Amino acid sequence: MNTFTHNATASNTGMSRRDFLKTGTGLAIGFIVGPGLLMQAVDANAAGGAQINAWVNIATDGTVSIMLPSSEMGQGIMTSLPLMFAEELDADWAKVKVVQADVDSIFNNPVHFNVQGIGGSRSVRGYWPIMRLAGGQARYVLLVNAAQRWGVPVEQCSTVPGKVLHQGSGREMSYGEIAAFAKVPADMPQLTENDLKQRSEWRLIGRDTPRVEVPTKVNGTAVYGIDIQLPGMLYASIQRPPVATCPYPIYNDGAENGPVSVDDAEALKIEGVTQVVMLPHGVAVIGTDYWATVKGKRALKVVWKTGSLGSKYETEAKLREYGALASDTSKKGRSLAPWNTGNAEAEFNGAAKVVSALYLNDHVHHACMEPFNGTGWLRNGELDLWVPTQGQTWARDVGNKITGVAKEKIRIHTPLLGGGFGAKVEQIFTGEAAMLAKAVEGKPVKIIWSREDDVKHGAYRPATAQYMRAAIGADGKVTAWSHRVAGDSVFLRSRKFAWDKLQGFDGIVAVGVATPYGIPNKHHEYLYQESGIAVGYWNAIGNGYTLYAIESFVDEVALALGKDPLALRLEMMTDKRSKAVLEEVGRMSEWSRPRPAGRALGLAYNFGGEWNAPIAEVVEVSLDKATGAIKVHKVWAAVDPAVAVQPAHLTQQIETGIIWGLSAALRERITINHGEVQQSNFYDYPVPRMDEIPEIEIKLIDSGVLQPSGAGQIGVPPMAPAIANAVFRLTGMRLRAIPMLPERVKMALAEQGSKVA
Amino acid sequence: MAATTTTSLTVNGKRQAVTADPDTPLLWVLRENLKLTGTKFGCGVGQCGACMVHVDGQSVFSCLLPVKDMANRSITTIEGLSADGSHALQKAWIAEQVPQCGYCQSGQIMRAADLLKSNPRPTREQIVEHMSTNICRCGTYVRIVRAIERASKEAQS
Repeated sequence: MNTFTHNATASNTGMSRRDFLKTGTGLAIGFIVGPGLLMQAVDANAAGGAQINAWVNIATDGTVSIMLPSSEMGQGIMTSLPLMFAEELDADWAKVKVVQADVDSIFNNPVHFNVQGIGGSRSVRGYWPIMRLAGGQARYVLLVNAAQRWGVPVEQCSTVPGKVLHQGSGREMSYGEIAAFAKVPADMPQLTENDLKQRSEWRLIGRDTPRVEVPTKVNGTAVYGIDIQLPGMLYASIQRPPVATCPYPIYNDGAENGPVSVDDAEALKIEGVTQVVMLPHGVAVIGTDYWATVKGKRALKVVWKTGSLGSKYETEAKLREYGALASDTSKKGRSLAPWNTGNAEAEFNGAAKVVSALYLNDHVHHACMEPFNGTGWLRNGELDLWVPTQGQTWARDVGNKITGVAKEKIRIHTPLLGGGFGAKVEQIFTGEAAMLAKAVEGKPVKIIWSREDDVKHGAYRPATAQYMRAAIGADGKVTAWSHRVAGDSVFLRSRKFAWDKLQGFDGIVAVGVATPYGIPNKHHEYLYQESGIAVGYWNAIGNGYTLYAIESFVDEVALALGKDPLALRLEMMTDKRSKAVLEEVGRMSEWSRPRPAGRALGLAYNFGGEWNAPIAEVVEVSLDKATGAIKVHKVWAAVDPAVAVQPAHLTQQIETGIIWGLSAALRERITINHGEVQQSNFYDYPVPRMDEIPEIEIKLIDSGVLQPSGAGQIGVPPMAPAIANAVFRLTGMRLRAIPMLPERVKMALAEQGSKVA
Repeated sequence: MAATTTTSLTVNGKRQAVTADPDTPLLWVLRENLKLTGTKFGCGVGQCGACMVHVDGQSVFSCLLPVKDMANRSITTIEGLSADGSHALQKAWIAEQVPQCGYCQSGQIMRAADLLKSNPRPTREQIVEHMSTNICRCGTYVRIVRAIERASKEAQS
């Protein structure tokens, strides 16, 4: 069985580079990545290589330890990334051990802001070239060393899993044997994609290897952030303001809603409470056990600041404002030129017909099963942070900013993440662990958020209004398309460098607006609105609502044209792989077959953009008109994920994405009044349970495209528009706000009734 | 404020004396005093099931039970479900590769173990009804059902 090592287990408070290298007197190779992904292999054992972190360690007993550069949160990269490395190394997978990396620039992801971290379904895509090339380079080192030992040309040598063979003599040497004497050659050639295996030679990629950490997840031994145990550890709870407050510590400390004064007399009387600490955004109670800090927190009397912008925020009023703004085309936002084509505005002025619609979406929350938490230990001028983070580089930067400890003296230990979904890109819990570590310097301390903290102080998916227009020419073709999104910015709050680079266009909030439909004139616009409430990354983020608007609107256009929704999509489609998924989902769902009374199908398609994985979904729904409840009975999905490193796991990611999409479409909603979130826990922020899951059928299409893709989120967005489209086909009623709550459905039904009457 | 008291209880077959505030939920006593961190904190209000353990053979929300009520009770956590991860459900969970993030799965397995004990051959409807106490935010429900059905089948063969 494979094993994995966290640098965060109870017995091992920090697996250092030294520990990693001494896991055998073997070969440790680091890779310095240069421009164009050229890789210089460096013997990390050698003197002078002291500053180089190793990517791989081959021990003399044959164990191959491969670094996992970033976080495992259920997306399966603890297996899929090392698997890509092992494929090219030609390692014996049974001897592979996965080791969680510390923070180091050699582990940066080139497609994710060139930092160490995950988000945007970018792990497989970012590390696909790196890990395969590094694996190939490491294999070359073994080949060269074996050839030299035998005194034969390296060209006569080859590998089978875990061994080098010499064809002429039939000699063989195991990787462990070679590791005992191997050195990285000085004249190491630079391998390129052309030197790597052909697809037909893969024996790990595409074969459904059991995930390495799964056995620990069924016997209680898996270590998540919240499970970190350290000697003499203290615990902490934080009393947070009434106004939703989730600052991103690089740019903001949340002090605008923070404490003015605190009466901590009662809290300090509680047995186990040791200290109360004022923070910019809250008041922390520290104690010797978590329960004491919970009681201490309840006993605090805090006076909070008032009057911040966030404290004036009302979701419903804001959405009305955003809607008025988005619909008023005289109000200009920011457009991203490469996403636009032709001259849409001119086309609207002269069109035979213009169709328009306004779509709204509420905030939704992540509600990861593992609430935010973090453990910090500041001692001897060094800082250790154990954080369930999606961003190691940014976690280190936060630690540095808050404690002043030099970046080289900060270690980031990444345990398993009990869910991420974009929430754990946030660094507030890292910041709190650092602040508290400073307050109790010398001792480790763990902050645990309550579920109520988690629900009331999240970084929610933005609430937006989207105004869609389409111009239809005299020949019945769509000639122009305009998509305007109004809402607060994720980038400005948490990734200002990206905001600055795009000059005020939020590529996350507006992600997905660029469709591949073959329309000659297209225009996309983002209208920034400051709300004072934290908006952040969510499963599929902007694509979740931009696709809702796009794909609902395509059906509205189809209605205006009197065309079948699937036929219109195929007619407008320029992308071959997209066409294939649309055709396939049509076959799977028997799109044209009439359904029994009370049931209808709806369709939506997602290009997938940088995810490189077009998907189409069809849902079959019914509606209880008395209660307003929509029920989804069945979902069909066809997806082309290019190379599926772990096909069964990829299918599972789509399946669970569909469940997320279903929940966001029908139910999930955070409402905010006077800046205060109205929901608290799973009883008023319900997420799907087992009795609500429809039947799901998924088909992966292999188009033979030899590219990596990102499949973690693509299943989510099509659900909302597919359901809205199905409800329209069932009732003739168009639902233009998500979630499609029963009360909204009933209101729409009443409105429809009054129109008919 | 309430002073700590010592409570005797049996956890995974072993007698333990734990010293804690009597109102401390069993969950935190398991996780902190006894270092059994396989049982998870999810909501604190008996809504999600991440904290499920067996008390005298029944699955319960350990976040809702004050330790003072646990005197002389017998508690089983995920760590004690089997000595070596060989419970039919644990094997089925691996065979079906159920977990994604995995955080809820200790609770799911403890809840399912309770079902199979009282009803070794549950129908799909019975599984769904029984398991609806537990949330998996990742949404691995389809495979949870499959794993329970597999474990049920294998226990009979």
